[in-house]
Amino acid sequence: MTVESTAARKPRRSAGTKRTSAKKSPGQDAELIQLLTPQGKRVKHAKSAEYAAYVADITPDELRGLYRDMVLTRRFDAEATSLQRQGELGLWASLLGQEAAQIGSGRATREDDYVFPTYREHGVAWCRGVDPTNLLGMFRGVNNGGWDPNGNNFHLYTIVIGSQALHATGYAMGVAKDGADSAVIAYFGDGASSQGDVAEAFTFSAVYNAPVVFFCQNNQWAISEPTEKQTRVPLYQRAQGYGFPGVRVDGNDVLACLAVTKWALERARRGEGPTLVEAYTYRMGAHTTSDDPTRYRHDDERLAWEAKDPIQRLRTYLESETDTNESFFAELEAESEALGRRVREVVRAMPDPDHFAIFENVYADGHALVDEERAQFAAYQASFAEEGEGK
Amino acid sequence: MAAEKMALAKAINESLRTALEADPKVLVMGEDVGKLGGVFRVTDGLQKDFGEGRVIDTPLAESGIVGTAIGLALRGYRPVVEIQFDGFVFPAYDQIVTQLAKMHARALGKIKLPVVIRIPYGGGIGAVEHHSESPEALFAHVAGLKVVSPSNASDAYWMMQQAIHSDDPVIFFEPKRRYWDKAEVDPEAIPAPLHKAHVVRAGSDLTLAAYGPMVKVCQDVAAAAQEEGRSLEVLDLRSLSPIDFDTVQASVERTGRLVVVHEAPVFFGSGAEIAARITERCFYHLEAPVLRVGGYHAPYPPARLEDEYLPGLDRVLDAVDRALAY
Repeated sequence: MTVESTAARKPRRSAGTKRTSAKKSPGQDAELIQLLTPQGKRVKHAKSAEYAAYVADITPDELRGLYRDMVLTRRFDAEATSLQRQGELGLWASLLGQEAAQIGSGRATREDDYVFPTYREHGVAWCRGVDPTNLLGMFRGVNNGGWDPNGNNFHLYTIVIGSQALHATGYAMGVAKDGADSAVIAYFGDGASSQGDVAEAFTFSAVYNAPVVFFCQNNQWAISEPTEKQTRVPLYQRAQGYGFPGVRVDGNDVLACLAVTKWALERARRGEGPTLVEAYTYRMGAHTTSDDPTRYRHDDERLAWEAKDPIQRLRTYLESETDTNESFFAELEAESEALGRRVREVVRAMPDPDHFAIFENVYADGHALVDEERAQFAAYQASFAEEGEGK
Repeated sequence: MAAEKMALAKAINESLRTALEADPKVLVMGEDVGKLGGVFRVTDGLQKDFGEGRVIDTPLAESGIVGTAIGLALRGYRPVVEIQFDGFVFPAYDQIVTQLAKMHARALGKIKLPVVIRIPYGGGIGAVEHHSESPEALFAHVAGLKVVSPSNASDAYWMMQQAIHSDDPVIFFEPKRRYWDKAEVDPEAIPAPLHKAHVVRAGSDLTLAAYGPMVKVCQDVAAAAQEEGRSLEVLDLRSLSPIDFDTVQASVERTGRLVVVHEAPVFFGSGAEIAARITERCFYHLEAPVLRVGGYHAPYPPARLEDEYLPGLDRVLDAVDRALAY
């Protein structure tokens, strides 16, 4: 098996054009908003002051809360991966490595805000109060969604890439019509940035000044294709062409993600329109449990990102700069194991749906053909019972 | 609005006006639906009376129009979306098929998607390509969507009212070549259910089933056949998802023969589904195979050829002759 070198993945320079410098690493990126370094140090830069103001008063308790969210989310995610390996789930899309981007942005939302996720936003779901076991129904194959989107203002997972950016925009147009000061946040990834629906969402949101935040987790990989196969400019810069601001934030820095997302959501609430936030992060695991990253990327890349781990850097900070004691970490470890246990038990006990669920909720107002086919199906199933009785 | 004779396009306009007046959640959106009133003037004057916030000129992006309409519906609005022409709907096809049609089921019934998508469709107006197509089967094939098409002004008014009240997404195919045909519209009348077929002419020798623009053609065929002493029954199906097969079955049990007529290509068209179902339901009543008259398996031809492509009086009469010859 041949693994392409990093150099070979870079787009070929076409004759007569100057190659745009797409920054590869957050550390090299002058535009990157970072408040907590990979070494666990709070940093202050003039360029990030506007955002830092949103977390200036953050308390140690709140920081521990963010840490707890990330640890539990990672634990839940690891449990789901194990459950897939054990045959309890058909598939799992791991968020490993993206905890800070999801918890930071998710905790920035208000209860009345509305979230439109992709299928990997388990950390955001956690922040919204969605029971994590509800997320597993579709991966187990017992439903195609499974939660009430209006229960936590957290829409269903959207599998087709980028479609939800338009739903979020339309929803935000409705929020504006209602005169509410809620905001809407649409999640998508670097791959989705190539989709027409995302471009159309940018256009519509800009034209109608919709209160929506586009939160792009650039995790560097769209299954096997690196971001260089999606864009020749840093993704956040695309916003400029649509007439709204774009910001690149260190996606492994939960503080920066919280601050920048709060800033963007506040802009939306104030009627200042959409914002694009590019959370620069890394998909530490495979695309899904069906994927094999060894076919297309080097392990050294993953190792380099491991040094920027979102959870470790906050732990370092908590341990060195706050009064967090060892019992906090020990208790969290126990809570984490309890969560894993509960997820395991709930999934294993999750019943298969009733056969007639096929015909349920196809239409809200009913449909003659569905009724007819349900009756045929019932008669067909009943015919086996009658045969049995005849014997 | 008092009962009056009006063109089909005007009837839809009145129906939209009634809905906009009755429910502040109803929105009209699409390309050029505002000041221009739509390229067929179906939304004429609505933006002037209801404002830019409710009659919304959108960017020129069909997927965006339907995708944002979904979001507005999730927020509690009832968007009525215009796709300017039949051939322009495909950029929105993914949002319609993958998102709009399935979302209610995916949410286990917890959310509703009351979105109406208006599509002027069909040929016969001498248009350039992509302006004369009949893609209704591509939507009727999709569970979660309802598909209807009025053939006259009165049905256009009432079916639009019912489509807007529906909690399911409705694809509303408007027969553009009949936009200017007038009929009496009585806003005080009690309308038939949205998905009920109508017997528009009673007969005993053969049933012609059609919808949208072909209903008038079939009525003309029945009148011509009458002169030759043949009694044809004409059904206006009105709805393609669901199809009122009970009404078709009752008719075919009386006549023993069925010809289905539509502009869309015959191959995998709605006529194929009707033929299969009616053969199942009426096997012992049929005196002849169910025949179909429709477009050919070829791209919609240039306008100078469309009279040869579209089912007209003679082609339908030819099918009637063939069915009666069994």
